[in-house]
Amino acid sequence: MKKIVSLATAAAFVCLALAGCSAEKGGSVATDGSTSMSTVIGALGEAFEADTGITVTYNPTGSGTGIQAVLEKRCDIGLSSRALKDEEKEAGLEETVLAYDGIAVIVNTENPVSDLDMETIAKIYKGEITNWKDVGGADAEIVLIGRESGSGTRDGFESITGTEGECKYRQELTATGDVIATVASNPNAIGYASLASVEDTVKALSVDGVKPGEATVKDGTYAIQRPFVLVTRKGEALSESAQKFFDYATSEEAVSIISGAGVVAAQ
Amino acid sequence: MKKRLLENIVHGVFLILGLITVGCVLLITVYLVVSGIPAIREIGLTDFLFGREWEPTGDDPKYGILPFILTSVYGTAGAMVIGVPVGFFTAVFLSKAAGGKLRTAVGSAVDLLAGIPSVIYGLVGMLVLVPAIREIFDVPDGASLLAAIIVLAVMILPNIIKVSITALDAVPKEYEDASLALGATPTETFFRVSVPAAKSGIAAAVALGVGRAIGEAMAVIMVAGNVANMPSLFESVRFLTTAVASEMAYSSPGSLHREALFSIALVLFLFIMLINAALNFFLKRRKGE
Repeated sequence: MKKIVSLATAAAFVCLALAGCSAEKGGSVATDGSTSMSTVIGALGEAFEADTGITVTYNPTGSGTGIQAVLEKRCDIGLSSRALKDEEKEAGLEETVLAYDGIAVIVNTENPVSDLDMETIAKIYKGEITNWKDVGGADAEIVLIGRESGSGTRDGFESITGTEGECKYRQELTATGDVIATVASNPNAIGYASLASVEDTVKALSVDGVKPGEATVKDGTYAIQRPFVLVTRKGEALSESAQKFFDYATSEEAVSIISGAGVVAAQ
Repeated sequence: MKKRLLENIVHGVFLILGLITVGCVLLITVYLVVSGIPAIREIGLTDFLFGREWEPTGDDPKYGILPFILTSVYGTAGAMVIGVPVGFFTAVFLSKAAGGKLRTAVGSAVDLLAGIPSVIYGLVGMLVLVPAIREIFDVPDGASLLAAIIVLAVMILPNIIKVSITALDAVPKEYEDASLALGATPTETFFRVSVPAAKSGIAAAVALGVGRAIGEAMAVIMVAGNVANMPSLFESVRFLTTAVASEMAYSSPGSLHREALFSIALVLFLFIMLINAALNFFLKRRKGE
């Protein structure tokens, strides 16, 4: 008797705990692709779901896989953090630039260096140039600050500068803010961070003579940048909910959400 | 009968609350083992545990975690070398020698130290300790094993001090009185009588400190630099904990990279189980005395 009552009470508790876990279903939009775009898509998807009740699923597989997934009709919208190649366009895909991801190369404010070209930046990160005096700075060892492997910013920086897997980092930090704080506190450090988060605690270097900024990223003159692209099938209508999401993402309304995610909106 | 029913209901409530705790432990253990084993199988146990290179996203990915294991061991040992003597002597002083007001003041400072969140330790370490190490030792960058050791040493102090004090306070006053009556000085009494009488409690305090140090991630991730180098005092290093924490967010689900992170967590879990077993051993022995 005692045991039965105990068990019954226990069961009642479990039922109570599990109650209220039901969700109603709206439509859904499947997106697949670039891991770097997770913040942007996450923010857009959340705001969109709050507005319309349509869920946006995101499968972070990488740009190449995302593009392949659209082609094979495994998802509604593909996400790519590079422009489509000609053969991909010929295969029947269409790109819409959602945003530009500008990456600033930052140094300490005490550092006299303020301009480097792309090749020098690559050499510094590969460890071929190790002293600031070789690039016009003080006689001190260059301290390379970067992000952890898998980070979208690291992936972007390394692919644009052509240093994939060859960077000789002194520190691998897990957040943009940490990179900025570390560079701000070490006079010999160099790091990279998404352009939107850089403030005057550190100095953003000009690359090939072009100062980084929203305008230079948009017109393409600032070199360390890449587009965030929505990939769709040409001449084929999206599903109703996917079309809604597409329109929403490219609307004026989304601009503040996109810049909130640290990138420059294309609109 | 009615009273009996109420009794049984209350019994049921307590039963389920107790089972929740046990369930959590079982769930975590089973989950870690199930998700940690496949990657070890695929990589090979020797390559995984004794590989010196960790490059999960390279063209030819390498999954060797020896640098992480050694860093965790060295880092914890280093923190013990600094933290144990300081904590031990503080505990002896507070328990035996310090007068009322001083004891209250230092005691509440220790409590406060225990209450500071680890992210604050990390932040202060990052903004104060790391630049200080850079300047004092004239190295290019201060984020290093040394910075992590110092932060960990400070973090484990409250654990060591509080548990040791409890053990020292429990030493029967008669032991000390007898020693003093035989002509021993107070200092001799503390170290020859009180400390040996409390030794299993102090050992438990040390084991607790080791557990805290080896499991800490947040403070360490901010001061250690996180590059998968073999450990060296002034080099940037990565611990077992920070290896999991730093890459989990971006590794793609289902990939070998993600699974290998679970395997690292499993290794860390085994380390902590060992330390807990040691802790239980010390505590049991104390009860037996």
